[in-house]
This record gives sequence, structure tokens and C-alpha cells, in this order.
Amino acid sequence: ALTAMAATRLFLSASPVKSSLTGLTGGTRSSLGLTLLKRSPDRTAEPKAQRRHAAHFTYHPDPAPAQYGPTQKMNLFQAVTSALDNTLAGDPTAVIFGEDVAFGGVFRCTVGLRDKYGKDRVFNTPLCEQGIVGFGIGAAVAGATAIAEIQFADYIYPAFDQIVNEAAKYRYRSGNLFDCGKLTIRSPWGCVGHGSIYHSQSPEAFFAHCPGIKIVVPRGPVQAKGLLLSCIADQNPCIFFEPKILYRAAVEQVPTEAYQIPLSQAEVLQEGSDLTLVAWGTQVHVLREVAAMAQEKLGVSCELIDLQTILPWDTETVCKSVVKTGRLLVSHEAPVTGGFAAEISSTVQEECFLNLEAPISRVCGYDTPFPHIFEPFYIPDKWKCFEAVKRMINY
Amino acid sequence: LFFILFIVVVSARTYADFTPQASFDIKKCDVHKLEEGPPLQAVLTREEGLQYYRTMQTIRRMELKADQLYKQKIIRGFCHLYDGQEACAVGIEAGINLSDHLITAYRAHGYTLTRGGTVREIMAELTGRRGGIAKGKGGSMHMYTKHFYGGNGIVGAQVPLGAGVALACKYLGKNELCVCLYGDGAANQGQIFETYNMASLWKLPCIFICENNKYGMGTSVERAAASTDYYKRGDFIPGLRVDGMDVLCVREATKLAAEHCRSGKGPILMELQTYRYHGHSMSDPGISYRTRDEIQEVRSKSDPISMLKDRMLSNNMASVEELKEIDVEVRKEIEDAAQFATTDPEPPLDDLCNHIFYNDPPMEVRGTNPWTKLKSIS
Repeated sequence: ALTAMAATRLFLSASPVKSSLTGLTGGTRSSLGLTLLKRSPDRTAEPKAQRRHAAHFTYHPDPAPAQYGPTQKMNLFQAVTSALDNTLAGDPTAVIFGEDVAFGGVFRCTVGLRDKYGKDRVFNTPLCEQGIVGFGIGAAVAGATAIAEIQFADYIYPAFDQIVNEAAKYRYRSGNLFDCGKLTIRSPWGCVGHGSIYHSQSPEAFFAHCPGIKIVVPRGPVQAKGLLLSCIADQNPCIFFEPKILYRAAVEQVPTEAYQIPLSQAEVLQEGSDLTLVAWGTQVHVLREVAAMAQEKLGVSCELIDLQTILPWDTETVCKSVVKTGRLLVSHEAPVTGGFAAEISSTVQEECFLNLEAPISRVCGYDTPFPHIFEPFYIPDKWKCFEAVKRMINY
Repeated sequence: LFFILFIVVVSARTYADFTPQASFDIKKCDVHKLEEGPPLQAVLTREEGLQYYRTMQTIRRMELKADQLYKQKIIRGFCHLYDGQEACAVGIEAGINLSDHLITAYRAHGYTLTRGGTVREIMAELTGRRGGIAKGKGGSMHMYTKHFYGGNGIVGAQVPLGAGVALACKYLGKNELCVCLYGDGAANQGQIFETYNMASLWKLPCIFICENNKYGMGTSVERAAASTDYYKRGDFIPGLRVDGMDVLCVREATKLAAEHCRSGKGPILMELQTYRYHGHSMSDPGISYRTRDEIQEVRSKSDPISMLKDRMLSNNMASVEELKEIDVEVRKEIEDAAQFATTDPEPPLDDLCNHIFYNDPPMEVRGTNPWTKLKSIS
């Protein structure tokens, strides 16, 4: 517990940062790029460290859901613990395993579960991601509800072969004789302010290219619990990415009983008429602010959609929205080339070509490895998204 | 006059009174598939002793300074400190040449120093400044110098790399070898065993070294490994288990291992039994999975710097004042380095996109939206 507390102290943010763009012209490319990168020069009074290392978004909690029973104040990791608790209670075959899950996990997602349900149901694995997932597939095939944890999404690559070649294709290659649908893989995901190359990655695009698995990313505690329970119940292998920056920052009233939020259904958080914004995970909160800024400064009414399930994604909701508004902006932290925004963009232009008023805009991370010192400049923050909104409106 | 006399007295004492070298008993190493281990006695000259002392003290002070800077939020991100394990880095370097190659995992500050990095560069890299050894773009886990391949964040991924370097050594025929380090946690990764097989099959000049500090993050070795005899885990690769807190033991074992590799016998595996005083990283207090008493006990009974100091003093190889002087010099060096690391400017923003690919002419990198493209120079 002490370890985790110290770890979470690390993820708390200081005072809000302000970065503004100094005049966008259609100038030469590299100077344009640098102009965008320049930060506002008037904040020299604030301590440099605080200014640089603060969260790039403000968390907007959802209202407490009324239809699932009594609720309790929980943050994201507590919501995950609650979901796992419900699962272990209701399903005698459920087991949770991964690196350091026994004491509660490095992000406290499994605190108390081992004491409550026993060490044969919540146990540690050695340091071997490929082994963890392979083992999980085997356990799932044999009939146990296997919930594997990969400590950081950045470490999932040794298990890539097991996920893509084994888990995703099991049902298909055995002609429905066998499947590993009872497997769920959970992993902390996304930028965290100082994670740098190997603690900030968003690998959903790599897995989106693989039919046979489902990929889900929640935006907050209520969604996380509902979606995680859906993933566990779903009869397909699922990867559940948890935005690590929200573990403590996101606090909501979450139902204590088990409930499910359907997969492959995108949620329209805010209706609008001029522009559709699509994102998932942490970026949804960034875009919420962008929508507010667009309304206030440009009089533009934005429709905000949280995709929730990356694969298979809800094409219908997104396309219906674009037909209505005519403009689409997709945003994610992962690098832009080959990122999931490319898939959405491609499908939407196929389906809604004649409805589009402006080219589809993708505001994503740069095509570089996730930087250490340059993180505030790398991420697609609200200013970059707002700039894209302006461009699309004036197209 | 008195002052001059004082200096004369001091110098006379320095050069006339000290034992130039002495022989020390070192612990016997357990061996696996080896005829015999390293000798049970090691010879240490005065110069060597002072050099090891200085280097180990530099590593110690540097890590403690990094701890301090981290708590002040001047260093951010992840920081894995090496204090307690100094004898490993210094002993290994003493057993090989600077022209040999070395690769390790993320607890790399000590090796960056022994492989030729300066404290200034290391500290500036920790704070992410342009004077850093990787130009500020790598951070704590990604430090490199000539013939030192990092500094690797992904656990176990550096071991196959090390075998590759060893292959190049064999191929180029320069009688060099590669020292490939990993920890007790990484010893359970599949790619390590793949590497053992390849290295043994092709008789690569590779010294695999498992730095067993008894804990893989917060998991003790008993709870992670079916066999904690890490020196035997190479199976068909000969191995030895070495006391990693004794710099002489590490040096003698490394010399034996180096000789084994250079004579073309193929890879060899060394387990260094060592201990880290800090937790796994700066976000780990290090006391929730082990007791403070345990840490204290190791500090008082097996601290590598104290062990060397006692040996030198009891054999009259150095004076207390001399060692204190080294301490003062080291402290000053670290202070200067910290000062530099705090005041050096950060890398320029253009650097964000540089060095992704090798490209000539410079290529364009797409930015966060379709209208921004940045230049990447490499």
C-alpha cells in the first residue's frame, strides 16, 4: 500500500498549464510547426516546474446513473476494483493474475481482492508478458474466466503474438469448437505527464488491425466499471485499456452493484449541429473543453462522441452524426500515421462523402516515439484541437 | 615556514609509508559446469584501491544526489538508483577493457559512469537538458556511451541485443567480448532463454550477468522464480555465483569469465549477489516488501565501499585523511554536476522530431493536425 501511495503521488498534477498559439498563418511549414510549438511568453512569474508539469485536461465527471442501484464515490482504480470484486463474487471460475496484483497492483486496482477471495484466485505471475497472456488463453479455453493484467500497455508487445495469433484466431481456426472468450486483458494506457517512452503509449491501433479481439477504452469510473464487466461477460477475448492519468483524477458516483454498459456502442455526450468530435479515454475530456471553447468563441455547436469500443467500432453513430453536422474531428494521443483516427476517417469518407463540408481532421500525436522532455508539446492538447476546429469551420 | 614543513611532512608520509599492494581473501564462488572458480585470493594495489574507492564513492554520491533532485522535482519521470550495487559496476569494469562492450537494463547510472560517461553528462540527462549524454532525449533509463549500449527500459529486451553485439565481436575478430546484464526479475523472461541457446550454439563471447538484488521491484526472488540459482539457469552454459558486494570478488570472477570467452569457449553466466538500498525506483519507498532492519543490516555488514575502505585502512594502503580528501573531491564534483544539470537549458524544440529515421535530405514529420509538418534531421 505504501508503495502504491507513493506511486500515485507521482501522478498527481500541479496547477493548470496554459499554452497559447501565437497567430496561425499559412506560412512555411517548418516555421508554422514551430509557431504552434511556441508557448505563451507571459507566464514567467509562475514556477517553471509547475507550469510545465501539469495536466493538459480537466476532468468532467458524469452525473450519477440512477438505473443501476445505490452509488458510492469512487475514482477510476476503485471502480475497477469494484468491478473485479463483483466478478469474483458472482463467478466462481474467475481468476485475476498479473505482475504484482496480489498486494493490490501498482495502481491499486486489485487492493483487498486476494484477502477476500484467496490466493488461488488472485495471484502474481513472474515477469513474462508473453507467458501471462498465453497462460490466460489456456485458462480461458479450459473454462475459467481469466482476467490478466499487463502492468503497462507499453509492455504488451511480447504478448502481441499470443493475442493476435492465438487469442484472436482461436474460435475461427477451430471452427467454433474452442474459444478463449473468457479472457480479458487489462492494462494501464496513455500519457501521464512524465511517463516518457515506455510508460505512456497507446497501442490500440496495433490491435485494431486484428479481427477476433475487442478493444475497449473507458473515459471515467462509471464507464470503466460497466465496460469492464461487459468485457468480462463478453464471449470474445477483450483488451481493456485504462487511462492511467485518470486513475486518481477521475472521481464519480459509481453504482456498487454489477452493471454492464454495452460494447460497440459509441456514446453521444453532447449534441450539436456544426461539427462532430470523436475521441476515447482521456482525450474525451480534452475535447469537452474544446467544444465549450468552440461554442463560446466561435459560436460553433459541437457534437461530442466517446467511441468507447475501438474494435468493433460503432460506425453507425459516428456516420449518423457526420451526416448531420458535415464535419469530423478525431483526436488521439497515439501517433497520427496509422493511428485509429485513420480508420475512422477512411470509413466516414466512404459513407458520408457528399455530406462532408470540410476534410476530416485528425489531431493526434506526432510521428515520433513518445518523448520525455517534450511531452507537453507532443500531445494533442485543446489548443491544437481548437485550431483544427477553426480551420474546418472556415474551410 | 610551518606551513611548508607541514606539507613536506604530509607528502613524505603519503609516498613512503603505505603498502603498495596486498593480497586479500575473497569468498569462494559456487560453480556450475566449470572446472574451477576464480582464485580465493585477490591482489589489490594501492592505485587500484584508490581508483575503485573513488569510482564507487562517485556512484554512491551521484545516486544520492539524484534522489535529492528527484524529491525536489528537478528530475522527473522514472529514476532507478544503483546505490548498494556499486561493487558490481566497478568490479566488472576492472575485469574487462574499455574496448569491450556492455549492455544493461534500466538501473544504468553506475555503468554509464564506469564506461566513460561523466557525472555532468549523466546528471544533465536525468534532468533532461541539452548537455545530457543522450542530448536530454533519453532520460534516466536511456544513457549511452561508446561501447555501452544502454540503458534499456523493457525488461529482458537487452539480452538478445547483447548476444548480437557478441556475435559482431566474434565476427570482427578484435578479441572483444560483450557483457550482458539483467536482473533477477528479468531472469524469468522467455527471451533470455532464447539468447542462452543462440549464444551457446554459436559460441558467442558473451558474459551473461544476473544482478540478483533479491527483489524484482517488490517481489522477492522466492516468490518469482522456481529456481533461485540464477547461475545455473543457463543449464548448458557454465556459471558461477559471486559475492556482488565485494569489488575484488567481482573483479576476479569477471577476469575468469573474460578469459573463458576470449579463449573461444563460448558464453558464461555470472550471478552477482548484491543489494540495493533504495526501492525499485523513486516511487517505491522500498520498505513495504522488506524490513528496514534488513536494509540496515546489509548497510552495516556488507556495504561495498565500507568493505574496501576497511581493507585498505587495516593494511595501511591509504590514510583516513586521504580517503576523506577523495570524499570531499567527489562531493564537489557531484555538486558541480548538479549545478550544471539544473542550469543547463533544455534541448531545443526542433529536437522533438530529430533522429527518428536516418534521412538525407531532412524529412517531414506529420504533426498533430494536417497543417503542421515538422522537420526531422538526422
